[in-house]
Amino acid sequence: MEKFLFLYRGKEGGHGLSPEAMQKHMEKWYAWMGDLAKKGIMGASEPLQPTGKQVSGSKKVVTDGPFIEAKEMIGGYTVVNAKDINEAVEIAKGCPVFEVDGKLEVRPIQKM
Amino acid sequence: MAENTNKEVDKIVDHLFRHESGKMVAVLTRVFGFPNIEQAEDIVQDTIIRALETWKFGKLPDNPQAWLYRTAKNKAIDLIRRQKVKHKIENDIAPLLRSEYTMMPAMNEMFTENEIKDSQLRMMFACCHPSISQEGQISLMLKTLCGLSTHEIAKAFLTSEDTIQKRIYRTREKIKEEKISLDYPGADAMVNRTDTVLKTLYLLFNEGYNSSHPEKLIREDLCEEAMRLLMLLTETPKTNLPQTNALLALMCYHISRFNSRLDDKGLIVLLKDQNRAQWNTFLIDKGNEYLQFSANGEVIHDFHIEAAIASAHANAPSYEETDWKMILQLYNTLLQRTNSTVVALNRAVVLGEVEGYEKAITELENMKGLEENCYYNASLADMYLKQGNSELAKEFLRKALTLTSSNAEIELVRRKLADCK
Repeated sequence: MEKFLFLYRGKEGGHGLSPEAMQKHMEKWYAWMGDLAKKGIMGASEPLQPTGKQVSGSKKVVTDGPFIEAKEMIGGYTVVNAKDINEAVEIAKGCPVFEVDGKLEVRPIQKM
Repeated sequence: MAENTNKEVDKIVDHLFRHESGKMVAVLTRVFGFPNIEQAEDIVQDTIIRALETWKFGKLPDNPQAWLYRTAKNKAIDLIRRQKVKHKIENDIAPLLRSEYTMMPAMNEMFTENEIKDSQLRMMFACCHPSISQEGQISLMLKTLCGLSTHEIAKAFLTSEDTIQKRIYRTREKIKEEKISLDYPGADAMVNRTDTVLKTLYLLFNEGYNSSHPEKLIREDLCEEAMRLLMLLTETPKTNLPQTNALLALMCYHISRFNSRLDDKGLIVLLKDQNRAQWNTFLIDKGNEYLQFSANGEVIHDFHIEAAIASAHANAPSYEETDWKMILQLYNTLLQRTNSTVVALNRAVVLGEVEGYEKAITELENMKGLEENCYYNASLADMYLKQGNSELAKEFLRKALTLTSSNAEIELVRRKLADCK
């Protein structure tokens, strides 16, 4: 088993969905995540707030987020256990992020 | 004015507390696992206290139940987030509680109607585990599923709060020791375990129905709770067995005459003298309905026979027009199966109605070990009186008088004694 980091990227905020559609969408996330959790292949997994601070440079300049274009915002992350990158990608395809025109980045964890 | 509002709020909260706290404890214990039941109870206690503080100025929320659930849910989530749950959670929900993505939706799901029922059922099975003593089972059920305080349970069983507290403590230790979980028994053990639950509910009901407890309200509560829990069992396919319906029928028949068993002064009115117009026909109809449902499958349970006896009484137009012959046959079967002295005693009285009081007296006098039983002596006296032997009747009534401490029973025997003269 290898560890992979799933990074969810998408538009900030409610994706322009109505409250009912948003509710339905959130239920899909719960179902998908719940499935990973119950299969025992889910590690740390948390959604992120759309705000934050960025610390950069040798001078440690602090700026307010967002850090890149709003439609590329990282909305959350999940550590997933999978056999290899192919299996991880297959798992990723089930993610509801694609329904709102989002992206999912699958990154193998580097063993040091 | 303000006082009235407060009283009104108290009443609503009291009712809610009783009915909702049992549900919330069941759900939270299902989430946290049985070893964390104390924390589940603490959360519910805190929730109720907050409700009292927030609502006491007369501002009730539109949906008090939803308010309670939301508050309890938030307190539970707070405990999980701060990692303050004492014993590690090891159940099917645990993985969902580790992420913010799933924690709140999982918690919301646990507080839906179906899951609340499911949690209560699981709790019922855990409380009625065969390795727990009968009185432990009943006390724990009243505490965790019915929302009764230890004070109320102590009052119901005419014992001290201290005794009940110790009993519940010991029962919980037993649960931890035996590692009793909130998982359902396997399919092969399901019927047996359901029978244990039924037996406990039967005892709980009888405690309320038969007890000589001076406070009618407490007795009604016990009966009502037993029936409520039993209804839950009938609403779930795996526990909706023929005997479940038979027991519910039996309770419906009994409870249909709850109010006509005592007169205005709280004195006992015997079946013969009860005003049948006061019997609750809705409940009798319900009893008939459940008895119908119970009539499938091949196994006949004692509850089937008891329910059939109760049905014959409840559906009889009068005492005289009761089908005593059928009742006697049912008692014969029941006696063969149970070999219980209480059944034998009841059977003998019915025998008197069918084959004459002489026979009943012979039957009663041949019984051993009941000489110190109040009901035995009173029944014997009754048979002698019906036979016209008032001297012997008086003798047994005087004996019966020394064998009970219940005021209602003493008064009944006294009235009978007066009738003898």
